[in-house]
Amino acid sequence: MPADALKCKECSSTYPLEARYVCDRCFGPLEVAYSPPTSSADELKRRIQAGPHTLWRYADFLPLDGTPRAALPTGMTPLVRADRLAEHLGLGELWVKNETANPTHSFKDRVVSVALARAQELGFETIACASTGNLANAVAAHAAYAGLPAYVLIPADLEEPKILATGAYGANVVAIKGNYDAVNRLCTELAGDRDDWAFVNVNVRPYYAEGSKTLAFEVAEQLGWELPDRVVAPVASGSLFTKIARAFEEWIDCGLLAGELPTMNGAQAAGCSPVAQAFAAGTAVCRPVKPDTIAKSLAIGNPADGPYAVELAQKTGGGVDAVTDDEIRAGIRLLAETTGIFTETAGGVTTATLAKLAARGDIDPSERVVLCITGDGLKTIDAVRGSFEVTEIEPRVEAFDEKFAGAAV
Amino acid sequence: MAKVKLPTQLRDAAGGATEAQAPGGTVGEVLEALYAEHGELRERMSDADGGLRRFVNVYLRGEDIRFLDGLDTEVGEADEVTILPAVAGG
Repeated sequence: MPADALKCKECSSTYPLEARYVCDRCFGPLEVAYSPPTSSADELKRRIQAGPHTLWRYADFLPLDGTPRAALPTGMTPLVRADRLAEHLGLGELWVKNETANPTHSFKDRVVSVALARAQELGFETIACASTGNLANAVAAHAAYAGLPAYVLIPADLEEPKILATGAYGANVVAIKGNYDAVNRLCTELAGDRDDWAFVNVNVRPYYAEGSKTLAFEVAEQLGWELPDRVVAPVASGSLFTKIARAFEEWIDCGLLAGELPTMNGAQAAGCSPVAQAFAAGTAVCRPVKPDTIAKSLAIGNPADGPYAVELAQKTGGGVDAVTDDEIRAGIRLLAETTGIFTETAGGVTTATLAKLAARGDIDPSERVVLCITGDGLKTIDAVRGSFEVTEIEPRVEAFDEKFAGAAV
Repeated sequence: MAKVKLPTQLRDAAGGATEAQAPGGTVGEVLEALYAEHGELRERMSDADGGLRRFVNVYLRGEDIRFLDGLDTEVGEADEVTILPAVAGG
Protein backbone atom coordinates (compact mmCIF):
# COMPACT_ATOMS: atom_id res chain seq x y z
CA MET A 1 0.00 0.00 0.00
CA PRO A 2 2.50 2.63 -1.13
CA ALA A 3 2.16 6.21 0.10
CA ASP A 4 1.59 8.40 -2.91
CA ALA A 5 0.79 11.92 -1.69
CA LEU A 6 0.04 14.25 1.16
CA LYS A 7 -3.64 15.11 1.03
CA CYS A 8 -5.53 17.93 2.75
CA LYS A 9 -8.17 16.60 5.16
CA GLU A 10 -10.31 19.66 4.48
CA CYS A 11 -10.19 20.35 0.73
CA SER A 12 -8.46 17.20 -0.64
CA SER A 13 -5.67 19.15 -2.38
CA THR A 14 -2.63 16.93 -2.84
CA TYR A 15 1.08 17.61 -2.42
CA PRO A 16 4.27 15.58 -2.87
CA LEU A 17 5.58 13.49 0.04
CA GLU A 18 7.90 16.19 1.43
CA ALA A 19 8.27 18.10 4.71
CA ARG A 20 4.95 19.89 4.61
CA TYR A 21 2.01 19.78 7.01
CA VAL A 22 -0.43 22.52 6.07
CA CYS A 23 -2.55 22.96 2.96
CA ASP A 24 -1.47 26.16 1.21
CA ARG A 25 -4.98 26.69 -0.06
CA CYS A 26 -7.09 26.35 3.08
CA PHE A 27 -4.68 25.81 6.00
CA GLY A 28 -6.15 22.36 6.63
CA PRO A 29 -3.94 19.54 7.96
CA LEU A 30 -2.21 17.25 5.49
CA GLU A 31 -2.39 13.50 5.86
CA VAL A 32 -0.56 10.72 4.04
CA ALA A 33 -2.65 9.16 1.27
CA TYR A 34 -1.91 5.67 -0.02
CA SER A 35 -2.76 3.93 -3.24
CA PRO A 36 -4.74 0.69 -2.82
CA PRO A 37 -2.62 -2.37 -1.96
CA THR A 38 -1.43 -4.46 -4.85
CA SER A 39 -1.13 -7.54 -2.61
CA SER A 40 -3.94 -9.77 -1.37
CA ALA A 41 -4.89 -9.78 2.31
CA ASP A 42 -3.17 -13.15 2.71
CA GLU A 43 0.07 -11.85 1.25
CA LEU A 44 -0.06 -8.72 3.42
CA LYS A 45 -0.64 -10.87 6.50
CA ARG A 46 2.25 -13.19 5.64
CA ARG A 47 4.59 -10.22 5.19
CA ILE A 48 3.53 -8.79 8.55
CA GLN A 49 3.99 -12.12 10.33
CA ALA A 50 7.42 -12.61 8.74
CA GLY A 51 8.48 -9.08 9.70
CA PRO A 52 10.57 -7.94 12.66
CA HIS A 53 9.14 -7.96 16.18
CA THR A 54 8.80 -4.16 16.07
CA LEU A 55 6.47 -1.64 14.47
CA TRP A 56 8.40 -2.04 11.19
CA ARG A 57 6.43 -5.24 10.58
CA TYR A 58 3.70 -2.83 9.41
CA ALA A 59 5.97 -1.11 6.86
CA ASP A 60 3.42 -1.75 4.11
CA PHE A 61 1.16 0.75 5.89
CA LEU A 62 3.76 3.40 6.70
CA PRO A 63 4.93 6.35 4.55
CA LEU A 64 8.58 5.38 4.15
CA ASP A 65 10.61 4.57 1.06
CA GLY A 66 12.29 1.66 2.86
CA THR A 67 12.69 0.08 6.29
CA PRO A 68 15.06 2.18 8.42
CA ARG A 69 18.50 0.66 8.73
CA ALA A 70 19.02 1.80 12.31
CA ALA A 71 16.20 2.55 14.71
CA LEU A 72 15.57 1.98 18.39
CA PRO A 73 13.32 -1.11 18.53
CA THR A 74 9.77 0.07 19.22
CA GLY A 75 6.34 -1.48 19.39
CA MET A 76 4.93 -4.98 19.82
CA THR A 77 4.01 -3.97 23.35
CA PRO A 78 1.93 -6.41 25.39
CA LEU A 79 -1.84 -6.61 25.09
CA VAL A 80 -2.73 -7.75 28.58
CA ARG A 81 -5.99 -9.44 29.50
CA ALA A 82 -7.32 -7.47 32.49
CA ASP A 83 -9.85 -9.80 34.13
CA ARG A 84 -9.55 -8.33 37.62
CA LEU A 85 -10.14 -4.80 36.37
CA ALA A 86 -13.03 -6.03 34.22
CA GLU A 87 -14.59 -7.76 37.22
CA HIS A 88 -14.16 -4.64 39.35
CA LEU A 89 -15.96 -2.55 36.73
CA GLY A 90 -18.61 -5.12 35.83
CA LEU A 91 -17.27 -5.58 32.32
CA GLY A 92 -16.74 -8.72 30.24
CA GLU A 93 -13.66 -8.93 28.04
CA LEU A 94 -11.14 -6.18 28.80
CA TRP A 95 -7.62 -5.77 27.43
CA VAL A 96 -4.93 -3.26 28.31
CA LYS A 97 -2.55 -2.15 25.56
CA ASN A 98 0.54 -1.52 27.65
CA GLU A 99 2.55 1.18 25.90
CA THR A 100 4.82 1.65 28.90
CA ALA A 101 6.81 -1.25 27.41
CA ASN A 102 8.23 0.97 24.65
CA PRO A 103 11.92 2.12 24.77
CA THR A 104 11.14 5.44 26.47
CA HIS A 105 8.02 4.10 28.16
CA SER A 106 5.28 5.74 26.12
CA PHE A 107 3.52 5.42 22.75
CA LYS A 108 5.50 8.42 21.53
CA ASP A 109 8.31 6.06 20.49
CA ARG A 110 6.02 5.00 17.64
CA VAL A 111 5.44 8.44 16.18
CA VAL A 112 9.06 9.43 16.61
CA SER A 113 10.26 6.22 14.92
CA VAL A 114 8.30 7.06 11.79
CA ALA A 115 8.95 10.81 11.86
CA LEU A 116 12.68 10.38 12.36
CA ALA A 117 12.97 7.72 9.66
CA ARG A 118 11.11 9.92 7.19
CA ALA A 119 13.11 12.99 8.24
CA GLN A 120 16.31 11.08 7.47
CA GLU A 121 14.95 10.00 4.10
CA LEU A 122 14.20 13.66 3.37
CA GLY A 123 17.77 14.62 4.33
CA PHE A 124 17.19 16.38 7.67
CA GLU A 125 20.06 16.28 10.14
CA THR A 126 18.54 18.01 13.16
CA ILE A 127 15.47 16.76 15.01
CA ALA A 128 13.22 18.93 17.17
CA CYS A 129 9.80 18.88 18.81
CA ALA A 130 7.26 20.68 20.95
CA SER A 131 6.50 18.34 23.82
CA THR A 132 4.53 17.80 26.99
CA GLY A 133 7.25 15.38 28.09
CA ASN A 134 6.78 11.93 26.61
CA LEU A 135 7.60 13.14 23.13
CA ALA A 136 10.68 14.90 24.51
CA ASN A 137 11.91 11.60 25.96
CA ALA A 138 11.31 9.77 22.70
CA VAL A 139 12.86 12.40 20.43
CA ALA A 140 15.93 12.61 22.66
CA ALA A 141 16.43 8.84 22.74
CA HIS A 142 15.78 8.09 19.08
CA ALA A 143 17.95 11.04 17.98
CA ALA A 144 20.73 9.72 20.24
CA TYR A 145 20.49 6.27 18.64
CA ALA A 146 20.58 7.82 15.18
CA GLY A 147 23.42 10.16 16.15
CA LEU A 148 21.51 13.34 15.33
CA PRO A 149 21.36 16.54 17.40
CA ALA A 150 17.99 17.07 19.09
CA TYR A 151 16.21 20.17 20.38
CA VAL A 152 13.23 19.55 22.60
CA LEU A 153 11.03 22.44 23.61
CA ILE A 154 8.89 21.90 26.68
CA PRO A 155 6.76 23.96 29.08
CA ALA A 156 8.99 25.08 31.97
CA ASP A 157 6.63 23.57 34.59
CA LEU A 158 6.92 20.00 33.31
CA GLU A 159 7.32 17.06 35.73
CA GLU A 160 10.98 16.71 36.73
CA PRO A 161 11.36 13.01 35.79
CA LYS A 162 10.42 13.84 32.20
CA ILE A 163 12.98 16.65 32.04
CA LEU A 164 15.74 14.49 33.57
CA ALA A 165 14.93 11.54 31.32
CA THR A 166 15.28 13.82 28.29
CA GLY A 167 18.49 15.61 29.19
CA ALA A 168 20.17 12.29 29.98
CA TYR A 169 20.21 11.46 26.27
CA GLY A 170 22.20 14.59 25.49
CA ALA A 171 19.35 16.49 23.88
CA ASN A 172 19.20 20.27 24.05
CA VAL A 173 16.37 20.82 26.52
CA VAL A 174 14.70 24.21 26.10
CA ALA A 175 12.19 25.12 28.81
CA ILE A 176 9.69 27.71 27.62
CA LYS A 177 8.06 30.10 30.07
CA GLY A 178 4.52 29.26 29.05
CA ASN A 179 2.11 26.36 28.58
CA TYR A 180 2.27 23.71 25.86
CA ASP A 181 0.24 25.81 23.45
CA ALA A 182 2.83 28.58 23.75
CA VAL A 183 5.59 26.02 23.10
CA ASN A 184 3.69 24.76 20.09
CA ARG A 185 3.19 28.28 18.73
CA LEU A 186 6.90 28.99 19.10
CA CYS A 187 7.84 25.74 17.35
CA THR A 188 5.45 26.55 14.50
CA GLU A 189 7.21 29.90 14.07
CA LEU A 190 10.67 28.33 14.36
CA ALA A 191 9.82 25.60 11.86
CA GLY A 192 8.86 28.26 9.34
CA ASP A 193 12.33 29.76 9.41
CA ARG A 194 14.47 26.67 9.98
CA ASP A 195 13.75 24.57 6.97
CA ASP A 196 16.73 22.32 7.64
CA TRP A 197 15.25 21.15 10.96
CA ALA A 198 12.66 18.42 11.24
CA PHE A 199 10.18 19.33 13.97
CA VAL A 200 8.56 15.93 14.35
CA ASN A 201 5.14 17.29 15.25
CA VAL A 202 5.22 20.36 13.03
CA ASN A 203 6.75 20.18 9.54
CA VAL A 204 6.92 16.37 9.39
CA ARG A 205 3.73 15.87 11.38
CA PRO A 206 1.88 13.91 8.65
CA TYR A 207 4.54 11.15 8.89
CA TYR A 208 4.75 11.38 12.69
CA ALA A 209 1.00 10.90 12.99
CA GLU A 210 1.12 7.72 10.89
CA GLY A 211 3.22 6.08 13.61
CA SER A 212 0.20 5.98 15.91
CA LYS A 213 -1.55 3.59 13.55
CA THR A 214 0.86 0.84 14.55
CA LEU A 215 -0.68 0.71 18.04
CA ALA A 216 -4.01 -0.29 16.51
CA PHE A 217 -2.43 -2.70 14.01
CA GLU A 218 -0.83 -4.50 16.95
CA VAL A 219 -4.09 -4.63 18.89
CA ALA A 220 -5.83 -6.25 15.93
CA GLU A 221 -2.99 -8.70 15.31
CA GLN A 222 -2.76 -9.56 19.01
CA LEU A 223 -6.51 -10.19 19.11
CA GLY A 224 -6.00 -12.82 16.39
CA TRP A 225 -6.74 -10.49 13.46
CA GLU A 226 -9.99 -9.32 14.97
CA LEU A 227 -11.41 -5.93 15.86
CA PRO A 228 -12.27 -4.87 19.40
CA ASP A 229 -15.82 -3.61 19.96
CA ARG A 230 -14.69 -0.52 21.82
CA VAL A 231 -11.46 1.41 22.34
CA VAL A 232 -10.86 3.87 25.17
CA ALA A 233 -7.90 6.15 24.45
CA PRO A 234 -6.62 9.49 25.68
CA VAL A 235 -7.16 12.67 23.69
CA ALA A 236 -4.59 15.47 23.78
CA SER A 237 -4.17 16.79 20.22
CA GLY A 238 -6.55 14.06 19.02
CA SER A 239 -3.94 12.59 16.70
CA LEU A 240 -3.53 9.18 18.39
CA PHE A 241 -7.29 8.84 18.86
CA THR A 242 -8.07 9.46 15.19
CA LYS A 243 -5.17 7.40 13.86
CA ILE A 244 -6.27 4.34 15.84
CA ALA A 245 -9.50 4.44 13.86
CA ARG A 246 -7.69 5.16 10.61
CA ALA A 247 -5.57 2.03 11.14
CA PHE A 248 -8.63 -0.17 11.65
CA GLU A 249 -10.25 1.37 8.56
CA GLU A 250 -7.19 0.65 6.43
CA TRP A 251 -7.17 -2.97 7.50
CA ILE A 252 -10.92 -3.34 6.96
CA ASP A 253 -10.54 -1.82 3.50
CA CYS A 254 -7.75 -4.18 2.47
CA GLY A 255 -9.45 -7.26 3.87
CA LEU A 256 -7.17 -7.94 6.85
CA LEU A 257 -10.06 -7.31 9.24
CA ALA A 258 -13.80 -7.93 8.96
CA GLY A 259 -16.42 -5.82 10.66
CA GLU A 260 -17.12 -2.27 11.70
CA LEU A 261 -15.02 0.41 13.35
CA PRO A 262 -15.03 0.00 17.14
CA THR A 263 -16.93 2.45 19.31
CA MET A 264 -14.32 5.11 20.04
CA ASN A 265 -14.24 6.71 23.48
CA GLY A 266 -11.87 9.60 24.06
CA ALA A 267 -10.56 10.52 27.50
CA GLN A 268 -9.58 13.99 28.69
CA ALA A 269 -8.79 15.64 32.00
CA ALA A 270 -11.50 18.01 33.24
CA GLY A 271 -8.78 20.65 33.64
CA CYS A 272 -8.10 20.54 29.91
CA SER A 273 -11.11 19.24 28.04
CA PRO A 274 -11.71 21.30 24.89
CA VAL A 275 -12.62 18.18 22.90
CA ALA A 276 -14.95 16.74 25.57
CA GLN A 277 -16.66 20.12 25.85
CA ALA A 278 -17.14 20.31 22.09
CA PHE A 279 -18.54 16.77 22.03
CA ALA A 280 -20.95 17.60 24.86
CA ALA A 281 -22.07 20.71 23.01
CA GLY A 282 -22.65 18.72 19.84
CA THR A 283 -20.17 20.74 17.80
CA ALA A 284 -16.84 19.92 16.20
CA VAL A 285 -15.55 23.41 16.99
CA CYS A 286 -13.12 23.03 19.90
CA ARG A 287 -12.83 26.29 21.79
CA PRO A 288 -9.29 26.51 23.18
CA VAL A 289 -8.79 26.39 26.96
CA LYS A 290 -6.01 27.24 29.42
CA PRO A 291 -4.97 23.87 30.86
CA ASP A 292 -4.99 23.29 34.62
CA THR A 293 -4.58 19.58 35.38
CA ILE A 294 -2.12 17.06 36.78
CA ALA A 295 -2.36 15.22 33.44
CA LYS A 296 0.30 17.38 31.83
CA SER A 297 0.93 14.99 28.97
CA LEU A 298 -2.66 15.67 27.86
CA ALA A 299 -2.55 19.41 28.58
CA ILE A 300 -3.09 20.70 25.07
CA GLY A 301 -5.59 23.53 25.21
CA ASN A 302 -5.69 24.05 21.46
CA PRO A 303 -5.90 20.54 19.96
CA ALA A 304 -4.96 20.34 16.27
CA ASP A 305 -7.08 17.26 15.56
CA GLY A 306 -9.87 18.14 18.01
CA PRO A 307 -12.58 18.53 15.34
CA TYR A 308 -11.74 15.15 13.83
CA ALA A 309 -11.74 13.50 17.27
CA VAL A 310 -15.25 14.82 17.92
CA GLU A 311 -16.46 13.66 14.50
CA LEU A 312 -14.97 10.18 15.05
CA ALA A 313 -16.61 9.82 18.46
CA GLN A 314 -19.95 10.87 16.95
CA LYS A 315 -19.61 8.59 13.94
CA THR A 316 -18.83 5.47 15.98
CA GLY A 317 -21.44 6.01 18.69
CA GLY A 318 -18.72 6.70 21.25
CA GLY A 319 -17.95 9.91 23.08
CA VAL A 320 -15.31 12.08 24.69
CA ASP A 321 -15.46 12.31 28.47
CA ALA A 322 -13.52 14.28 31.04
CA VAL A 323 -12.43 13.23 34.55
CA THR A 324 -11.21 15.25 37.53
CA ASP A 325 -7.70 15.19 38.98
CA ASP A 326 -8.95 13.11 41.93
CA GLU A 327 -10.51 10.62 39.53
CA ILE A 328 -7.20 10.52 37.62
CA ARG A 329 -5.27 9.67 40.81
CA ALA A 330 -7.84 6.99 41.64
CA GLY A 331 -7.57 5.67 38.07
CA ILE A 332 -3.82 5.25 38.39
CA ARG A 333 -4.26 3.27 41.62
CA LEU A 334 -7.13 1.18 40.23
CA LEU A 335 -5.12 0.12 37.17
CA ALA A 336 -2.00 -0.60 39.23
CA GLU A 337 -3.89 -2.62 41.86
CA THR A 338 -5.86 -4.72 39.39
CA THR A 339 -3.41 -5.22 36.50
CA GLY A 340 0.09 -4.65 37.86
CA ILE A 341 0.58 -1.84 35.34
CA PHE A 342 1.70 1.49 36.77
CA THR A 343 0.68 4.31 34.47
CA GLU A 344 1.30 8.01 34.35
CA THR A 345 -1.49 10.56 34.72
CA ALA A 346 -2.66 10.13 31.11
CA GLY A 347 -3.36 6.45 31.84
CA GLY A 348 -5.17 7.56 34.98
CA VAL A 349 -7.38 9.70 32.75
CA THR A 350 -8.08 6.77 30.45
CA THR A 351 -8.74 4.28 33.25
CA ALA A 352 -10.97 6.75 35.09
CA THR A 353 -12.90 7.36 31.88
CA LEU A 354 -13.39 3.62 31.40
CA ALA A 355 -14.66 3.41 34.98
CA LYS A 356 -17.03 6.29 34.29
CA LEU A 357 -18.41 4.65 31.14
CA ALA A 358 -18.85 1.37 33.02
CA ALA A 359 -20.61 3.06 35.94
CA ARG A 360 -22.89 4.88 33.52
CA GLY A 361 -23.89 1.58 31.94
CA ASP A 362 -22.56 2.57 28.52
CA ILE A 363 -20.64 -0.67 28.03
CA ASP A 364 -22.41 -3.95 27.42
CA PRO A 365 -20.79 -6.90 29.28
CA SER A 366 -20.59 -8.76 25.97
CA GLU A 367 -18.23 -6.15 24.52
CA ARG A 368 -14.54 -6.66 23.89
CA VAL A 369 -12.93 -3.48 25.19
CA VAL A 370 -9.36 -2.22 24.72
CA LEU A 371 -7.95 0.34 27.15
CA CYS A 372 -4.92 2.23 25.81
CA ILE A 373 -2.33 2.93 28.50
CA THR A 374 0.05 5.30 26.80
CA GLY A 375 2.72 6.11 29.38
CA ASP A 376 4.62 5.00 32.50
CA GLY A 377 3.83 5.95 36.10
CA LEU A 378 7.46 6.60 36.97
CA LYS A 379 7.29 9.75 34.85
CA THR A 380 4.57 11.35 36.98
CA ILE A 381 5.52 9.80 40.29
CA ASP A 382 4.14 12.74 42.29
CA ALA A 383 0.62 11.71 41.33
CA VAL A 384 0.71 8.79 43.78
CA ARG A 385 2.65 10.52 46.55
CA GLY A 386 0.67 10.36 49.79
CA SER A 387 -1.87 7.90 48.35
CA PHE A 388 -0.68 5.07 50.63
CA GLU A 389 1.21 4.55 53.88
CA VAL A 390 4.59 2.95 54.39
CA THR A 391 4.92 1.02 57.65
CA GLU A 392 8.27 1.70 59.31
CA ILE A 393 9.46 -0.65 62.07
CA GLU A 394 12.57 -1.73 63.98
CA PRO A 395 14.38 -4.76 62.45
CA ARG A 396 12.84 -7.20 64.96
CA VAL A 397 10.35 -10.05 64.43
CA GLU A 398 8.25 -8.79 67.34
CA ALA A 399 7.97 -5.38 65.73
CA PHE A 400 6.81 -6.96 62.49
CA ASP A 401 4.31 -9.23 64.26
CA GLU A 402 2.97 -6.26 66.17
CA LYS A 403 2.00 -4.55 62.92
CA PHE A 404 1.05 -7.57 60.85
CA ALA A 405 -0.17 -10.11 63.40
CA GLY A 406 -3.44 -10.48 61.56
CA ALA A 407 -1.85 -11.16 58.16
CA ALA A 408 -1.72 -14.76 56.96
CA VAL A 409 1.58 -16.55 57.63
CA MET B 1 -0.27 50.59 11.93
CA ALA B 2 -0.05 47.10 13.36
CA LYS B 3 2.64 44.70 12.23
CA VAL B 4 1.30 41.40 10.85
CA LYS B 5 3.66 38.41 10.84
CA LEU B 6 2.86 35.99 8.04
CA PRO B 7 3.52 32.24 8.15
CA THR B 8 5.59 30.68 5.37
CA GLN B 9 2.43 29.16 3.85
CA LEU B 10 0.96 32.62 3.15
CA ARG B 11 4.01 34.52 2.04
CA ASP B 12 3.64 33.75 -1.66
CA ALA B 13 0.17 35.32 -1.53
CA ALA B 14 1.73 38.49 -0.11
CA GLY B 15 4.48 38.95 -2.64
CA GLY B 16 6.96 36.93 -0.59
CA ALA B 17 6.85 39.28 2.41
CA THR B 18 7.41 37.78 5.89
CA GLU B 19 5.44 40.59 7.50
CA ALA B 20 3.18 43.45 6.56
CA GLN B 21 1.93 46.72 8.04
CA ALA B 22 -1.82 47.10 8.11
CA PRO B 23 -4.10 49.79 9.61
CA GLY B 24 -7.17 49.05 11.73
CA GLY B 25 -8.60 49.41 15.22
CA THR B 26 -9.45 45.71 15.61
CA VAL B 27 -7.89 42.43 14.51
CA GLY B 28 -10.74 42.04 11.99
CA GLU B 29 -10.06 45.48 10.53
CA VAL B 30 -6.34 44.80 10.32
CA LEU B 31 -7.03 41.57 8.45
CA GLU B 32 -9.49 43.37 6.12
CA ALA B 33 -6.78 45.92 5.32
CA LEU B 34 -4.40 43.04 4.66
CA TYR B 35 -6.94 41.35 2.34
CA ALA B 36 -7.46 44.67 0.51
CA GLU B 37 -3.75 44.76 -0.18
CA HIS B 38 -3.35 41.06 -0.99
CA GLY B 39 -6.64 39.66 -2.31
CA GLU B 40 -5.62 36.02 -2.28
CA LEU B 41 -5.15 36.03 1.49
CA ARG B 42 -8.90 36.39 2.05
CA GLU B 43 -9.63 33.17 0.21
CA ARG B 44 -6.91 31.31 2.09
CA MET B 45 -7.77 32.55 5.57
CA SER B 46 -11.44 33.33 5.79
CA ASP B 47 -14.48 31.09 5.54
CA ALA B 48 -17.76 31.73 3.72
CA ASP B 49 -19.19 33.68 6.66
CA GLY B 50 -16.25 36.08 6.92
CA GLY B 51 -14.84 34.34 9.99
CA LEU B 52 -11.47 32.61 10.12
CA ARG B 53 -11.11 29.12 8.68
CA ARG B 54 -10.97 26.52 11.46
CA PHE B 55 -7.27 25.78 11.12
CA VAL B 56 -6.09 29.41 11.13
CA ASN B 57 -4.80 30.73 14.44
CA VAL B 58 -4.36 34.46 15.03
CA TYR B 59 -2.41 35.85 17.97
CA LEU B 60 -2.20 39.40 19.31
CA ARG B 61 0.95 40.06 21.32
CA GLY B 62 1.36 36.28 21.57
CA GLU B 63 -2.16 35.57 22.90
CA ASP B 64 -4.68 33.56 20.88
CA ILE B 65 -7.45 36.03 19.93
CA ARG B 66 -10.06 33.45 20.96
CA PHE B 67 -9.02 34.19 24.56
CA LEU B 68 -9.55 37.90 23.82
CA ASP B 69 -12.48 39.29 21.80
CA GLY B 70 -11.81 37.32 18.62
CA LEU B 71 -11.82 39.44 15.48
CA ASP B 72 -13.24 42.34 17.55
CA THR B 73 -10.11 42.45 19.73
CA GLU B 74 -8.73 45.98 19.81
CA VAL B 75 -5.33 46.52 18.24
CA GLY B 76 -2.89 49.27 19.24
CA GLU B 77 -0.60 51.16 16.87
CA ALA B 78 2.51 49.25 17.86
CA ASP B 79 0.89 45.84 18.24
CA GLU B 80 2.01 42.67 16.54
CA VAL B 81 -0.51 40.27 15.00
CA THR B 82 0.77 36.77 14.21
CA ILE B 83 -0.98 34.36 11.84
CA LEU B 84 -0.08 30.67 12.17
CA PRO B 85 -1.41 27.30 11.04
CA ALA B 86 -3.30 25.49 13.80
CA VAL B 87 -2.36 21.96 12.87
CA ALA B 88 0.91 21.52 14.74
CA GLY B 89 1.55 19.65 17.96
CA GLY B 90 0.35 16.63 19.86
